[in-house]
Amino acid sequence: MNHGTALLWKRRALSSLSATRRGLPKEKMTENGMMSRAKVLTIDTINPTVKKVEYAVRGPIVQRAVELERELSQGMKKPFAEVIKANIGDAHAMGQQPITFFRQVLALCSYPELLSDNTFPEDAKSRACRILQSCGGHSMGAYSASQGIDSVREDVARYIERRDGGVPCDPDDIYLTTGASDGIVTMLKLLVCGEGASRTGVMISIPQYPLYSAALAELGAVQINYYLNEEKCWSLDIPELQRALDEARQYCNPRALCIINPGNPTGQVQSRKCIEDVIQFAAKERLFLMADEVYQDNVYADGCQFHSFKKVLFEMGPEYSDTVELASFHSTSKCYMGECGFRGGYMELINMDDEVKAQLTKLVSVRLCPPVPGQALMDLVVNPPQPGEPSYDNFIKERTATLSALAEKAKLTEQVLNTVQGISCNPVQGAMYSFPRITIPEKAVKEATEKGQQPDMFYCMKMLEETGICLVPGSGFGQKDGTYHFRMTILPPSDKLKILLDKVKEFHQKFTQQYS
Amino acid sequence: MSQQAVNGVPCRGKVLTVDNMNPNVKRVEYAVRGPIVQRAVQIEKELREGVKKPFTEVIKANIGDAHAMGQKPITFLRQVLALCSYPELLEDNKFPEDAKKRAQRILGACGGHSIGAYSASQGIECVRQDVARYIEKRDGGIPSNPDNIYLSTGASDAIVTMLKLLVCGEGRDRTGVMISIPQYPLYSAALADLGAVQISYYLDEEKCWSLDVAELRRALNAARQHCNPRVLCIINPGNPTGQVQSRQCIEDVIRFAKEEHLFLMADEVYQDNVYAEGCKFHSFKKVLFEMGPEYSSTVEMASFHSTSKCYMGECGFRGGYMEVINMDPEVKTQLTKLVSVRLCPPVPGQALLDLVVNPPQPDEPSYITFMKERTAVLSALAEKARLTEQTFNAVPGITCNPVQGAMYTFPRITLPEKAIDKAKEEGKVPDMYYCMRLLEEEGICLVPGSGFGQREGTFHFRMTILPPTEKLKVVLQKIRDFHVRFTQEFS
Repeated sequence: MNHGTALLWKRRALSSLSATRRGLPKEKMTENGMMSRAKVLTIDTINPTVKKVEYAVRGPIVQRAVELERELSQGMKKPFAEVIKANIGDAHAMGQQPITFFRQVLALCSYPELLSDNTFPEDAKSRACRILQSCGGHSMGAYSASQGIDSVREDVARYIERRDGGVPCDPDDIYLTTGASDGIVTMLKLLVCGEGASRTGVMISIPQYPLYSAALAELGAVQINYYLNEEKCWSLDIPELQRALDEARQYCNPRALCIINPGNPTGQVQSRKCIEDVIQFAAKERLFLMADEVYQDNVYADGCQFHSFKKVLFEMGPEYSDTVELASFHSTSKCYMGECGFRGGYMELINMDDEVKAQLTKLVSVRLCPPVPGQALMDLVVNPPQPGEPSYDNFIKERTATLSALAEKAKLTEQVLNTVQGISCNPVQGAMYSFPRITIPEKAVKEATEKGQQPDMFYCMKMLEETGICLVPGSGFGQKDGTYHFRMTILPPSDKLKILLDKVKEFHQKFTQQYS
Repeated sequence: MSQQAVNGVPCRGKVLTVDNMNPNVKRVEYAVRGPIVQRAVQIEKELREGVKKPFTEVIKANIGDAHAMGQKPITFLRQVLALCSYPELLEDNKFPEDAKKRAQRILGACGGHSIGAYSASQGIECVRQDVARYIEKRDGGIPSNPDNIYLSTGASDAIVTMLKLLVCGEGRDRTGVMISIPQYPLYSAALADLGAVQISYYLDEEKCWSLDVAELRRALNAARQHCNPRVLCIINPGNPTGQVQSRQCIEDVIRFAKEEHLFLMADEVYQDNVYAEGCKFHSFKKVLFEMGPEYSSTVEMASFHSTSKCYMGECGFRGGYMEVINMDPEVKTQLTKLVSVRLCPPVPGQALLDLVVNPPQPDEPSYITFMKERTAVLSALAEKARLTEQTFNAVPGITCNPVQGAMYTFPRITLPEKAIDKAKEEGKVPDMYYCMRLLEEEGICLVPGSGFGQREGTFHFRMTILPPTEKLKVVLQKIRDFHVRFTQEFS
């Protein structure tokens, strides 16, 4: 009898057995005579795609940083007095202050009794009333429509129109989301299908923000890497897109192209020409474009400007603007607001097939709605105080202070890191991170490899243990083979940042010396 | 591959179409916000535009959204949230000391003392500690480890996350997940999305929707032939049915899960919504531990709670948590890693949850008002539960089980043969046809039983008991009148 037949017979025989005798883990007798059985859910029986997921921004180095913080708080002696979490784009955690106007309106929305309180300006009150009117029972505690509160989507559409010099925006193409991450994952979910060589491939930059690689791993999609050009300030190069795509066509079905602009972790702000080229490429190669634009207000470098994909698309004329399918993403977590904890965001869909849109609307309805406080906050971001309104001056002052501080810190970071032999740092054109390249001595690479660690993880772990500074190794974002980087936020307050940069410099010199 | 040319003209269909999108997404349905609700929203728009209708407003009795139906938020909760949002208010004398203290504690636990900072992915530590203490108090002292608590974006988020971990395998080894019929359609939607096998077990309508272990066994044995059953989901108090399971039943379910090696998921979001005499909420965790170490140290379980229901009704904040019991440490690590990708649940929702599990105490200034408001909400719900059951049971052709808990009624309706035929002609499921007619004629939006699952040949609808009592009376009356008319029309 062949193996196949034997299996078949065995299956049939088993299927007639009672449930408890079929396929269940055997009872084991342990040393002390107790019966034990393997768990239902173990590392071997868990969803295998979950195991493939990694998210370096909150990965092992951060877990160690948290441990160190605990040890410090328990009085353990360390070569440093505090752990500095420069791993994550969390502005408030690093001391950035919220925008007063936003928090006033949110307080009014939370506890409308405050509407009779004289300490709140009229414009804050009128925003709060408008938001509350649009909520069920005039309460932020009601579910909203699954696509998001109508009036907020209208305000988002108007914001987009203003931003893009009048290019029309339909509120019906706006979906409010739980942070931009939610919108991105939802779109990927819609896009990913097929088996084997027809499995959906999704193009993403190297380096990338690891939400993308994590989501693709979880969905079992094929990740198609296109390398940004470090020599040219992390710019995007069409021949490189072409190379990556042509190669990928051999083993998957490429359908989507993701681009982060301004970039994370690299901070590059793509030129208008580059954005046109990408749109042309997507049109030619029939790719769904996903434009992650959460850092759209974080542009610092002279000569750099944020160009929204939508605007450029429409300026390229109907041949493109009528056909290219595009989703762009924004968030309340970055820019000048830094309101990460509220999980506010939206996506705008251009040229999406109507039936697909109906499926999307159905899909988001299962999770009911995005958090209403986040929706309210988004409303304020897209509908801030106007000249003539009582809160305007203060609002502009706070906004300007935050953005100019960031620009200042971007410059400082680039300067200081470039004075270190063995560190080279591209200009931080935008976003909130620096992603410098570090030279790691051979001996260190060897020791790291022996320890089973990526060399830049080894480097960053040492830095953490010796200085308390928590960064994320470049391997968490992707980088060309044989190169090493780290991502550091530019968020700590200027004077603390200076100290941080000096410590990084000192550490690097010591490290290089130690392993020379 | 680029499209093939037809007659020399290239086919330039869209990149993303219904034919080439993720097929699992197409299988997803969520009746609570499905086609009938879309029609209700359309009608609301028409009313606003001045279109004449047989009614002046649409009553959305389709969704468990208390505030939308006029229920008031709990003052204390909103005061603390305002203080957290705009800490300048800590100087304001209008706010009681206990609210200020809670706000300061929460802010102290936030990065940069701001609710705008990301929290730890598992949730703010001190909130998890407060949740653990709440669970211990609720369960008569049975220990809860804060490390087993994961805050989530509503209970739905945690439920989907757990299912995501559990579902794997191909073909006959594909994970099967047991869920009640009727069920809250988040479950069927999530299972469709994940491509898991849904294993339906029927609740017993004749016995007030109780759960029968023999039926569990039947469903499981049948399922073993075509999938690998690994999970048993139970909603208690029930949605849509409102039944509050007896302690004996919960023990039986736990015993069954252990015998059959199933991971238990206990959806307990309505734990404070218990109305009927003789009914009591027994947490799965408590019963598990009272069954002794043979069970309490082996049965793997996740229980879920939320800020959306009970007496708070804060749906929009998307607050929730799950407690995991006896989870394998390596799996727990994977879970922690998985939730880190989405950074953290909304911090206002976490803050709200903290107040729910750590409400004003008898010696605190806000206690009296808090208790008054809480009691008012819960007793109004109990009142409306009774009223609903009574009214429906007086209608020939409608039978309504007691609404023991939760916030819904799920009465059985008799549909005349002719109506069923008419529905079929229109390509509609009969109870959808019924509910659509009710919507068009009375402006009342319910969800047909087919959206939740029901025994073949039976029809139901789910209606919330949330409208204010006077309005609810009117709604019940209109449904009664509609049902009589409808039956007459198709007799």
